[in-house]
Amino acid sequence: MFASLAEKLQNTLRRLRGKGKLSEKDVDLALREIRLALLEADVNFKVVKDFVVGIRERAVGEEVRRSLTPGQQVVKIVHEELTALMGREQSKIILSGSPAVVMLAGLQGSGKTTTAVKLAVNLSRSGRKPLLVAADTYRPGAAEQLQVLADTAELPCYRNDGAAPLQICREAVRLAEREGYEPVILDTAGRLHLDDAMMDELKTIKAQLKPAELLLVVDAMTGQDAVNAASAFHEALGLTGVILTKLDGDVRGGAALSVRTVTGCPIKFAGVGEKIDALEPFHPERMASRILGMGDLLTLIEKAEAGFDQEKARQLEQKLRRQEFTLDDFLEQLQQVRQMGNMEDILAMLPAAQVPKDLQRLQVDEKQFGRIEALITSMTPQERNNPAIINSSRRRRIAGGSGNTVQDLNRLLSQFSQMKKLFKQVGSMEKKGFKHIGKGKRGFPFF
Amino acid sequence: MNLSLVERFKTGLARSKEGFLRRLDHLFRGGELDDEFYDDLEETLILGDVGVEASLKLVEKLRLESKRRKVRERGQAREILVQEIAALLAGAAEPVKPAGEPLVILLVGVNGSGKTTTAAKLAHRYRQEGREVLLVAGDTFRAAAVEQLQIWAERAGAALIKQQPGSDPSAVFFDALQAARARHIDVVIGDTAGRLHTRTNLMEELKKINRVIDRVQPGAPHCVLLVIDATTGHNGIAQALHFNEAVPVTGLVLTKLDGTARGGIVVGIQDILKVPVCYVGIGEKIGDLLPFAADDFARALLA
Ligand SMILES: Nc1nc2c(ncn2[C@@H]2O[C@H](COP(=O)(O)OP(=O)(O)OP(=O)(O)O)[C@@H](O)[C@H]2O)c(=O)[nH]1
Ligand SMILES: [Mg+2]
Repeated sequence: MFASLAEKLQNTLRRLRGKGKLSEKDVDLALREIRLALLEADVNFKVVKDFVVGIRERAVGEEVRRSLTPGQQVVKIVHEELTALMGREQSKIILSGSPAVVMLAGLQGSGKTTTAVKLAVNLSRSGRKPLLVAADTYRPGAAEQLQVLADTAELPCYRNDGAAPLQICREAVRLAEREGYEPVILDTAGRLHLDDAMMDELKTIKAQLKPAELLLVVDAMTGQDAVNAASAFHEALGLTGVILTKLDGDVRGGAALSVRTVTGCPIKFAGVGEKIDALEPFHPERMASRILGMGDLLTLIEKAEAGFDQEKARQLEQKLRRQEFTLDDFLEQLQQVRQMGNMEDILAMLPAAQVPKDLQRLQVDEKQFGRIEALITSMTPQERNNPAIINSSRRRRIAGGSGNTVQDLNRLLSQFSQMKKLFKQVGSMEKKGFKHIGKGKRGFPFF
Repeated sequence: MNLSLVERFKTGLARSKEGFLRRLDHLFRGGELDDEFYDDLEETLILGDVGVEASLKLVEKLRLESKRRKVRERGQAREILVQEIAALLAGAAEPVKPAGEPLVILLVGVNGSGKTTTAAKLAHRYRQEGREVLLVAGDTFRAAAVEQLQIWAERAGAALIKQQPGSDPSAVFFDALQAARARHIDVVIGDTAGRLHTRTNLMEELKKINRVIDRVQPGAPHCVLLVIDATTGHNGIAQALHFNEAVPVTGLVLTKLDGTARGGIVVGIQDILKVPVCYVGIGEKIGDLLPFAADDFARALLA
């Protein structure tokens, strides 16, 4: 998508270069592409409108006209402005009061319960002693869900099924005071912002417990309605921040921008999976890339760095640059990638347009992995170094020797060559003016 | 159909209209079919989450159609669009129970879209018609998912088949379908775990469930309903594509229409999958499920 937006803008804006004056029409065409891209990412219509007006001035400015690649330049400006709008800096959670209370609120199905546990896990890892509170007394099984998850994480959970939410919260705070738990994390029931009675319940809890943080949990897949819900929750309750959930899919997540714009509240965390530790600090810059379909390269790089041997990675990077990447390296990569998480997750973080079709389907589950391993280890060193020499008799030998079919081998070889191409593309993208993405962060093995 | 439900649906729709009513009223009452009119229409559709591509397409089509039919009035043009959208989305028929075998319905969708609640609501509907219903606790993954469905099963008066958390969901379905035959069940309603459509292994799991069901009872599942949250944006399209690739989706359920979101993404989904919207969810209570009314929906979308 990024590629296509940049391309479209490139075509639209090529004529701008060198011209003394920009025609209104050129600029409008460029802005239209931006507008559509943002709308497709689910940024709210009105937010987009204001945003594009803001962009206009910079888009017609010197920096674009002078640029050799005005399209890229405009994307860069859009990216910068998006980042600025979403807060530039990472915003941390504030835990004041004794005990500090963190209250979660949101629409039904947005992911509050899981998020409450993830937050508790996150805070307990940084030395806190959080207490989870099951204040959703409405949805069948909600308290049980929180309890089971808390047990898994070996964290305390307060519940008093049958009592009213406010009472449960009060009791929990008393317990926390006695036992030294902190913060107290309230999982409230999902509700519609239209439901006055239910919103009043939250107002009362807030008034009584004075939470340090009142966080709105927002599903990243939300479309245009994100502004309605967020502004209603904010008006009723005075939010202090937002947590974005389900960002592990392929969603572009324009809701982040909408919610941020209408509430002015920082987005503090992002949920990136169903596991109880799948919560990450929110990075405005990365979110901007994602909204523009540029992929979440930074997160990918960070993950890679966390899981990789730096020296090996550096060697590999050189091999890649010199196009000396072999099947042995491929195998090693796969082994390392498996430690990083799901292949799908990783691919989802790459710019969509850059990922070849075949690779999008690449699955590295245990079975397939075993197969790839067997295939590669059945090759001679020469074959691993130079797969081009693998002719049909070699193919039969390798397939037979590893207990696989020739099709399996063909698939592997095609994926391997696709992957090589991908490295090339990503490498050249880096050169095309997106150096800042990996600045100071060398040694990511995919490049 | 229960009248109070219709009333409730209408209030729900009315509420979601509120903000737009005034502006659009003026938009459609008088005036010419100028660019401003079409731009506003496009905005309305996009704000209703119809999706950029589908919205542009619909408005473009309306332009041509209005010209062809020599329509001059905004109200008339709007009616054409309402009919167009309604025609796109209509066509759901109540599934017919095969003779001598249970009707098998499978609910699929991303996390939190409303599958379990919809399973319960459907169970309730069929119970009210006097059918014997079996709910299948096919979400063996999420914490307390079985407990949640169990409570609903009791409320609906439906039987429940479950296994230990963490067990293979297709094994649960295997059990359930065998039990359904033995117990002369009319309708089997299968809940499944929420999954993001990008998770290949979880989509494989869904395929396996489908295969196992078909093996025990050839031809089943008869309905695979993709449950879509009305607040969903463009991602709904990707959801539809991927879920349909794993298990052929026969219809949609649009949940949470009692909020302010208008659920327009089903228009874009329909454009690709060509399956009708079967039901809409309009609340958290067991009776808050209605057959989809394409005309009302299209009107609310444009209002
Ligand atoms: N307002 C409203 N809430 C709904 C509707 N349908 C479901 N919900 C609520 O949405 C939340 C999630 O519903 P579930 O049925 O648990 O969703 P699910 O798809 O089974 O969720 P997972 O199994 O966790 O993926 C619950 O709080 C439901 O009460 C609806 O039509 N309107
Ligand atoms: Mg469920």
